[in-house]
Amino acid sequence: MAKVSMTVNGKAASGDVEGRTLLSSFLREQLGLTGTHVGCDTSQCGACVVHVDGKAVKACTMLAQEAEGAEVATIEGQANADGSLNTIQQAFQDHHGLQCGFCTPGMVMSAAALLKDNPKPTEAEIRDYLEGNLCRCTGYHNIVKAIMAASGQDVSSIAAE
Amino acid sequence: MYEFEFEKPSTVAEAVAALADEDAQALGGGQTLIPTLKQRLAMPSKLVSLSGIPQLKELSDNGGMLTIGGAVTHAEVAAAAADSYPALAELASHIGDPAVRNRGTIGGSLANNDPAACYPAAALGSGATIVTNAREITADDYFRGLFETALEDGEIITAVRFPVPEKANYQKFLQPASRFALVGVFAAKYAAGVRVAVTGASEEGVFRWHEAEAALDANFAPDALDGLSVDAGGMIGDLHGTKEYRAHLVGVMAKRAVAAAG
Amino acid sequence: MPKDNGIGASPKRREDVRFLTGAGNYTDDINVNGQAHVHFLRADVAHATINSIDTSAAEAMPGVVKIFTGADFAEVGGIPCGWGVTDRHGNPQQEPRHPIIAHDTIRHVGEIVAAVVAGTLEQARDAAEAIELDLSDKPAVVNMAAALAEDAPKVHEDLTSNLCYDWVFGNPDDDAVQAAFDSAAHVTTLELVNNRLVANPMEPRVAIGDYSRATDEHTLYTTSQNPHVIRLLMCAFVLGLPEHKVRVIAPDVGGGFGSKIFHYAEEAFCTFAAKACGRAVKWTSTRAEAFISDAHGRDHVTKIELALDADNNFTALRTNTMANMGAYLSTFSTSVPSYLHGTLMAGNYKTPIVQVNVKTVFTNTVPVDAYRGAGRPEATYQLERVIDKAARELGADPIALRRQNFITEFPYETPVALTYDTGDYAATMDKLEQVADVAGFAARRAESEKNGKLRGFGINCYIEACGIAPSNIVGMLGARAGLYDAATVRVNATGSISVMVGAHSHGQGHETSFPQVVADMIGIDESMVDIVHGDTGRVPFGMGTYGSRSIAVCGSAMVRATEKIISKAKKIAAHLMEASDADIELKDGQFTVAGTDKSVAWGDVCLTAYVPHNYPLEELEPGLEETAFYDPANFTYPAGAYACEVEVDPDTGKVSIERFAAADDFGNIINPMIVDGQVHGGLGQGIGQALLENAAYDEDGQLLSASFMDYAMPRADDVPFYQVDHSCQTPCTHNPLGVKGCGEAGAIGSPPAVVNAVIDALQSGGKNVAHIDMPLSPARVWAAMNG
Repeated sequence: MAKVSMTVNGKAASGDVEGRTLLSSFLREQLGLTGTHVGCDTSQCGACVVHVDGKAVKACTMLAQEAEGAEVATIEGQANADGSLNTIQQAFQDHHGLQCGFCTPGMVMSAAALLKDNPKPTEAEIRDYLEGNLCRCTGYHNIVKAIMAASGQDVSSIAAE
Repeated sequence: MYEFEFEKPSTVAEAVAALADEDAQALGGGQTLIPTLKQRLAMPSKLVSLSGIPQLKELSDNGGMLTIGGAVTHAEVAAAAADSYPALAELASHIGDPAVRNRGTIGGSLANNDPAACYPAAALGSGATIVTNAREITADDYFRGLFETALEDGEIITAVRFPVPEKANYQKFLQPASRFALVGVFAAKYAAGVRVAVTGASEEGVFRWHEAEAALDANFAPDALDGLSVDAGGMIGDLHGTKEYRAHLVGVMAKRAVAAAG
Repeated sequence: MPKDNGIGASPKRREDVRFLTGAGNYTDDINVNGQAHVHFLRADVAHATINSIDTSAAEAMPGVVKIFTGADFAEVGGIPCGWGVTDRHGNPQQEPRHPIIAHDTIRHVGEIVAAVVAGTLEQARDAAEAIELDLSDKPAVVNMAAALAEDAPKVHEDLTSNLCYDWVFGNPDDDAVQAAFDSAAHVTTLELVNNRLVANPMEPRVAIGDYSRATDEHTLYTTSQNPHVIRLLMCAFVLGLPEHKVRVIAPDVGGGFGSKIFHYAEEAFCTFAAKACGRAVKWTSTRAEAFISDAHGRDHVTKIELALDADNNFTALRTNTMANMGAYLSTFSTSVPSYLHGTLMAGNYKTPIVQVNVKTVFTNTVPVDAYRGAGRPEATYQLERVIDKAARELGADPIALRRQNFITEFPYETPVALTYDTGDYAATMDKLEQVADVAGFAARRAESEKNGKLRGFGINCYIEACGIAPSNIVGMLGARAGLYDAATVRVNATGSISVMVGAHSHGQGHETSFPQVVADMIGIDESMVDIVHGDTGRVPFGMGTYGSRSIAVCGSAMVRATEKIISKAKKIAAHLMEASDADIELKDGQFTVAGTDKSVAWGDVCLTAYVPHNYPLEELEPGLEETAFYDPANFTYPAGAYACEVEVDPDTGKVSIERFAAADDFGNIINPMIVDGQVHGGLGQGIGQALLENAAYDEDGQLLSASFMDYAMPRADDVPFYQVDHSCQTPCTHNPLGVKGCGEAGAIGSPPAVVNAVIDALQSGGKNVAHIDMPLSPARVWAAMNG
């Protein structure tokens, strides 16, 4: 066991972990931050995406000790200070960008990373960026639409209501 | 995962010392190794992280030679090489997905030598030099078949040196599930000659397509490849494509790479 | 103007807030104090005799609580099959025992051979590696035709063969059917495969068993679409527990698509083991386990023949299908290729003679059961492919050929036992032609060809049967359950309402749409209504969510219960206003007396019901809570027409979906936003089936596509923005909301459109390709072009 310390959603967090403890396990099991989901074992579904030092990573494919001293951001820390949904979260709700909700935390975290690098992505750029985030419910239509809307683009001409 | 110790040295020398332990293994970005460990397909006693060694994070461009530290991530290469070696940057920007690119490293990819990975095609197609803590290995000597390289146990890739070509391009045809290369072709034109490296296709791993190189030496144009084909016999045949299909794609992707290289 | 509340409005989903902030409560998020973890040792061979299992070394490993093998379950029942199909000779289906843990024989890769319960999951995995298995391999049967051969190895030694049943439906008179083909002007024949799929909801399955010694009560937390069904099956057929001592909770569930309907061995195991171990037992499936333990879907091999007269009228249809059951009969497995498939073979067409022949087959593969659409996609695919092939052979326009043969008068009794109550197939086709911009296709094709690509346009119709019912009829057909649903409307003293519904929401948005209905009926704000679902301890009863049934069946029960509430509330209001019940009207949450200015508010009536001081106690009980069970008189019949446009890269065979349009008739619609989303999701899955997904086995019974590295899931860049329209609405005639259901349409209607479009593209490029089996991977398309 080794002690690991990091900042999670702006607050200091630490715990004792094994060498093999994944960042996703540390967040879920030791910090109780169960919004980070695990949907596969091969680093493809993206339900576990969090930010480490500002970059999107798959928390199920990173050892907890690799995040020593890092700034970690999870879905639980995304809402505005007053608890209201942030721009991306609100766009997902406004445009029905989620159904069962399981992939949603990873989608929101990936969308946030995308919009930081590329504030006005095209439809194609969004679809390309979501290569590592699987959704089985939405057929992606409203996820892409929500991210475009969150970036301030007019989505009223996009098909379907 | 089996239990293992974790160590995160800050110098190459410390890393080499840590890797001297029996069954110790180097950990790059872990994007392949960690899924492998989850399946309990490997049982290291210790993982030695290379992510905390400043030397391995260096990246330099010395007039025609791009040197990339072994622990530089795909995302960092995509950003840093955009001007100096655009074909390499483009390749790096399409490895895996964005989150994978933020962790996966060039050293990790080359040390693993997955037969469907992209970086082996770039290294072989560029005639790169793999620099380790102990020696320098040319790409032609480095790749030894599926998941096999010239690296000795405990040897660490500290940097990769890419000579920058006059023009180059990489074309990847995606395996629909993994999004690794079903076939990927890297074509690069140097003053000394053209190099064409193929990944994803062969049962022997990444390889140079010498006939294509000769034809392109004479005329660096897609048409120069008309009538050329690789032998389907040595190609991978699986759920996602027969040997014949992969052999066909090698030709198609090579032409597209040459066309895109301009 | 769109409505802003009530039926027909699209309020934002209230459940989204918790999902968007990481506050969802999925089963794996639950941890019970003192819980142990189970790791299942699963078979890595497809067929073997278990000579012995030595667990002694494993039992001594650190942290091990208890190790279970098949012998521990000798005294309990097997996993039951919920539908008994009678074959063409009047005999029952062959039904093998389906053990919780393999007893003496392994019959598919992934079957549980032993279960290790330990303090931590890694301890359990370590110990599982120390279990010594002595197996004798047996030859595996994977291919269905081979499994039906005379001398094939048997999956179950105690059955007579690998044939589960040989079933005929529609017109059983072979000679009469043959005569129709003999006299036809044209016959089109097509052999095709409906590819095996893995549902892959993004949340893998989880089960936690807990047991209280104090009360002798079991609690099972599970990722289920229908917790009451799980409780019933597990208690009555497997573990022999009294239902009142078992509570099944399915909290937030991360998608199901059918795969979470079924009662699985892991659920019964965790329930059983929690008592045996004296502590809670938790199992969380890995994705790797999901691939070899979740029931798969589809996997039909079919020959279909369509007869037409000289005027291109369909005169007869005959199909012969082999359907894979896998190694055991999963909960609804036998109903899928029979009553959920054969009954749909008439499609949208007035073909007078239809004969459906189905052989279901045991193989050494994972059990196969319902997956989004369940039987209806298999019917639609073969029918709409053979019609398209017929149109090509006859040089007919595929849209005109379909229109000519549409059923136009309702109710319509099909030759395959259904009575379509309503529909307007010409209207949905009209709408589709407009939405898909059929007129603009030629220009788009020319543009693609300029870029060296082949462009194709494909169309198809579909009809589905949702809300399978009524119970007495399905009972005669072999269903071993009722197919009603239930709702309890509990009005609180201050007027807010909790509705306990038997349907389960795992993405469908019931928490938003169901309250829209109740609030609309009473005329109060939706925020005053919540639904409660997914917990047998809180919801009286229910049959769950599958088959696009929730709003049509459970929603109807909810309407009936609300009507009872309103009826009673009117009596109370009448008493308060000293008027006759018959004169009381309810609008916008106010009770009024017709023709007067008297009124009393909803909240006052509710309070009176619970504080019955001024109350007709001699006539009316206090309180305001009503339950209704609703058993539909018929199925509902959503229908529509879909169009797909593809580009094919002739150099590589890669297909890209350029446009996809859907025109659906779902009858009345509660929440258009949610309906759109359901269609989008179905389209994504249908396109996935058509182009990407394939659960492929090798001849030894190893699953080749056993992870996301080899099983191609649709990604965001595999699909376009869809154009969906549901403005054609012929309300269902027999349920109170006039609703039909929308959950599966997209998955049912889209695969043939995609394949038809690819064939059209290839033919436009001069390639004489009549058919390619799904998935239309680049390799397959290229091979067909160069075949």
